[in-house]
Amino acid sequence: MKRICIHSTNVLSALGKTTSENFASVLNGDTGITRQEDGSFSSIIPPEILDEIAFSNPFTAYSRFEKMAIHSIKEALQASEIRMDDPRTIFILSTTKGNIDLLKTEGNVYPSDLSLHATAEKITLYFQAENRPLVVSTACISGLMALIVGQRLIRSGKYDHAVVCGVDLVSDFVTSGFRSFLALSDRQCKPFDATRNGINLGEAAATVILSNDKNLTENSDNIMLGEGASSNDANHISGPSRTGEELSLAIKNVLRKSKIKPEEIGFISAHGTATIYNDEMEAKAFQLSNITQSPVNSLKGYFGHTLGAAGLLETIISAEALKNDLVLPTMGWEVSGVSVPLKLSREVTYQPMRHFIKTSSGFGGCNAAMIFSKQN
Amino acid sequence: MSLYITSAVIIRNQTVRKNGSVAFQSSETNVHLFLRAIYDYLEVSYTRFHKMDALNKLGWAAAEFLLQEIESGFVDKESAGIVLANKSSSLDTDERFLESTKSVASPALFVYTLPNIVLGEICIRHGLKGENTFFVTPNFDITFMHDYTEQLFESEAVNACIIGWAEQYHEQYEAAFYLVQKSSMGLQEPFTIKALEKLYE
Repeated sequence: MKRICIHSTNVLSALGKTTSENFASVLNGDTGITRQEDGSFSSIIPPEILDEIAFSNPFTAYSRFEKMAIHSIKEALQASEIRMDDPRTIFILSTTKGNIDLLKTEGNVYPSDLSLHATAEKITLYFQAENRPLVVSTACISGLMALIVGQRLIRSGKYDHAVVCGVDLVSDFVTSGFRSFLALSDRQCKPFDATRNGINLGEAAATVILSNDKNLTENSDNIMLGEGASSNDANHISGPSRTGEELSLAIKNVLRKSKIKPEEIGFISAHGTATIYNDEMEAKAFQLSNITQSPVNSLKGYFGHTLGAAGLLETIISAEALKNDLVLPTMGWEVSGVSVPLKLSREVTYQPMRHFIKTSSGFGGCNAAMIFSKQN
Repeated sequence: MSLYITSAVIIRNQTVRKNGSVAFQSSETNVHLFLRAIYDYLEVSYTRFHKMDALNKLGWAAAEFLLQEIESGFVDKESAGIVLANKSSSLDTDERFLESTKSVASPALFVYTLPNIVLGEICIRHGLKGENTFFVTPNFDITFMHDYTEQLFESEAVNACIIGWAEQYHEQYEAAFYLVQKSSMGLQEPFTIKALEKLYE
């Protein structure tokens, strides 16, 4: 089977414009989450950061969403020899809502601005990409799913490289939706904590460039993709499974296919949204998968829930942690509040290791898991 | 690996076609009334149906016809996947949810503002627990869907898979669902791009 690695990355969030800025902020214990005018807590990219980004095409107007995507992809490409105009490169956009901030109650121009595919086309046009883009929109597992899809498309032999970019905005649309579900926390979120009471939303663009190029996959600096899988709870569309069995199905699947024993998992990068039900479901799934001896973290306390970007953003930050043999803490966590004992921490911990597992779960009952490893 | 299309359902123009033959027709031009006519015709009692938006009702109806007489063919529901695509994501319900925010934002509408909810509804109805992916493409890209499905089977991600297209925006709707399995049952059509295209015609 073809070996595929993470060759280059970028994260654009309230904490910075590059992967290293974001990783440094996390190590420093900074958070992008702040109190907004409407009283909610979320992680918003300051307008000046986007204003600073220069665009070489003065003739096309780009939306906030598109600017974020273009910046993130550009930065990831700059650190790489892989080109978007290579016929062996596929561009995959992961998003739940795209340009949803442009949706109006009347007089919408459809499909140009609001079509997720048209938005992806606009981004590929900027980079003069050879191939048509692919959009993955599978709720909060979109980011991880887009990586799994990228891996499959490279394995199929059709492509050698995949530029996988996840973007979502904090918009009135999404904020009012989560508020109507009473799912927003009235303070900074507290994943897996006894007093957790909901999520914080966040916005980000996160890009991962995958490649099967031998020079890259044999470079010991690059993190390798293990196996990935998804599953469905077949239980409820807006609440997670009560047992965690289906997330566990995906976790066991990727462990078996990657030929990794539970005790070899350095840490679990959980979805950890800080809702009562999600975190409890995940804890049960980790127990059913026999991986609770590994440390667990959630990065939602730094970035908020970045929806379609979350799986990619959290993979990128976790890959940096893996490279440095560091287990990141869970910002906001103080006292365990799930029914299964998990190894959570408030401090950065040094720990030599080779693998981590990333999990995501979302509306529609979907779950995904994927293994990431250092070179042999 | 030999793969087969064991069932196929196309819904468009007030007509449901199963395995190439007309299975249901209605004079209802309104999408909601047409989908309700399908529900009544099927004579099933499934209260969740009435809570769904039009995209989810369409997906639900296509899956009902697709899996009639074949449900027992799913030996292992944990490895039965579903991969769908459409053009308009959940935009129809996005518009209705945004309208609701003028007064009281509706959580019942908000949950349908993600296109993959249709996967969830079908999984709940039929107990499917395997692979779940939703793509947004400008049209039903049969070649892509065929190649991606082959990759899913080759990598042992699925043992059976529903694939296809579920598109709805205002009064426009179209569904094209195929059940792909490893053994030659039901329709017994070899899984090729040509066969998918012929059934979609």
